[in-house]
Amino acid sequence: MNVLVCVKRVPMTGGKIVVTPDEQAIATQHLGFTISPHEECGVEEAVRLVETHGGESVVLTLGPPEAEEQLRDAMALGIDRAVHLVIGDEEFDPQATAAAILEAIETERAGGTEFDLIVFGNESADSGGYQVGIRIAHALGRPIATGLKGVLVDGGRVRCEQDVPGGRDVFDLPLPAVVTVKEGLNFPRYPSVPGRMRAQKKPVAASSPTVPPAKLEKLRLVTPAGERKQAEILGHGPDAAPRVVEVLQRIGIA
Amino acid sequence: MTVLVVLERTPEGIDELSLQALAFARGLASGGDLHALTVTTPSDAVSQGVSVPSFHVAEHEVFGSYAPAAIAQATVELAGRLQPGAIVAAGNERGNEVMAHVAARLDQPFAANCIEATAGEPIRVTRLRWGGSLLEEAAVHGSPALLTVAPHVVAAEAAADAPEFERFTPTLSDADQVMRVTDRAQAFTNGGVSLAEAKVVVSSGRGAGSPEGFEIIEELAGLLGGAVGCSRAVTMAGWRPHTDQVGQTGTKIAPDLYIACGISGATQHMAGCKGAKAILAVNTDPDAPILASADYAVIGDLHEVVPAISAELRKARGS
Repeated sequence: MNVLVCVKRVPMTGGKIVVTPDEQAIATQHLGFTISPHEECGVEEAVRLVETHGGESVVLTLGPPEAEEQLRDAMALGIDRAVHLVIGDEEFDPQATAAAILEAIETERAGGTEFDLIVFGNESADSGGYQVGIRIAHALGRPIATGLKGVLVDGGRVRCEQDVPGGRDVFDLPLPAVVTVKEGLNFPRYPSVPGRMRAQKKPVAASSPTVPPAKLEKLRLVTPAGERKQAEILGHGPDAAPRVVEVLQRIGIA
Repeated sequence: MTVLVVLERTPEGIDELSLQALAFARGLASGGDLHALTVTTPSDAVSQGVSVPSFHVAEHEVFGSYAPAAIAQATVELAGRLQPGAIVAAGNERGNEVMAHVAARLDQPFAANCIEATAGEPIRVTRLRWGGSLLEEAAVHGSPALLTVAPHVVAAEAAADAPEFERFTPTLSDADQVMRVTDRAQAFTNGGVSLAEAKVVVSSGRGAGSPEGFEIIEELAGLLGGAVGCSRAVTMAGWRPHTDQVGQTGTKIAPDLYIACGISGATQHMAGCKGAKAILAVNTDPDAPILASADYAVIGDLHEVVPAISAELRKARGS
């Protein structure tokens, strides 16, 4: 089976998010970048599915030139090849993102690759739009299940498991299908050194989509005012224990 | 402006977050027509509703279990008649999923997890990014504009008993009905107190040092009748299962007390525990970011402080 996994390059934020002076992005000069967390599990799942069922795994990203780093990371884990939709600093809104990915899927189809399963993260860590996978599924006329912690492919169908309070809801969809997954789906492997070496030689097909006008137009980013608390210091080291227990008793915990 | 709000029903009635979305939608309509929609099976009585001039109930056999695309199609059909300026739902997993299906079908923009919306052309919203660590102000250039409401930013309206409603049977294709829940599998749990519902959560990060480092965390959690949590670094290292992870991509918790031991307070983690009523941080670093969100702190090494708290608790209980 052929599996496409779509990933997004996002900064690894630390203790505090700082917005750039133009209020259009977050300051990233001191931050590293990664594949958005849910999608790391999507990459691992794509690799496992192709290990089990044969076929080809492809990773796609819409991102700046530097996002090739995340494509190489995915290929180091075993993904066969990559598609890079190269953009500048501008942010594609969810509709524009879906349109660009759809065009890439059409290009793949024209080149002879039909994907049996297309995998997205449930939502990206940064913009959290919850919608690109569903827009793609609808445009392709394929079924989709979202937020999955279990994906089992068997006999032309995919059993999809979604955590809900008190259990796991199961969707049983015919292939070809689209799924969005969540962290916890699997335990992603570490890339091996030979895997990293091989990834450098794997093909990346790059193209540049045009940016349509945003329909969900970002005006500015702001950090929430929040209530910055001044923690009451109960003490230093183990000697603080009696004071801690006093507080626990006062707030009705112990 | 005419606003349509899509409500989720549970066996207990209208879902709490949907009642919050209703309050939000009423504010956005600001005197314009407010419509509500929920779904049911033909045989199911709708005993609880909401106080709106027009409460619509879409009935179909497929609504016997959760069927997001079918709910979206019913919404699209009703919106075709009502021509609302905005459609609103709760910003939980299901609300976001249904609204994304509506957005795909109408080819309109969808802003998830809004905390504010101002009517106008275009509608302007403030929405959550980074699990709430960052806010985005945006213009939604669409009609209808599709919005979900972040949980717990507005107070819920009261539900209404014995509501009057208008039933309709939406036209659903086979494809709409394929996407539905067909089975309920067992939850994966550690057998202990559920993290999401625990009154006390005791957690640790990489500072625990090893999987064995969590023994003292488990001991304290056990004494307090609480659950054990951990940071993403810990699950990524394979020390604890992902079901223990507190954070933006883990479990979002809302305990009475959260005891965070050796946790620096990265935004990814804080997005999961900001619902805690009180936070006690145990940290060697008095400048750790978590202290800006904590109510109480002990400055010290968790390997010394946590066993001391457990011992003191035992002493206080005379055991």
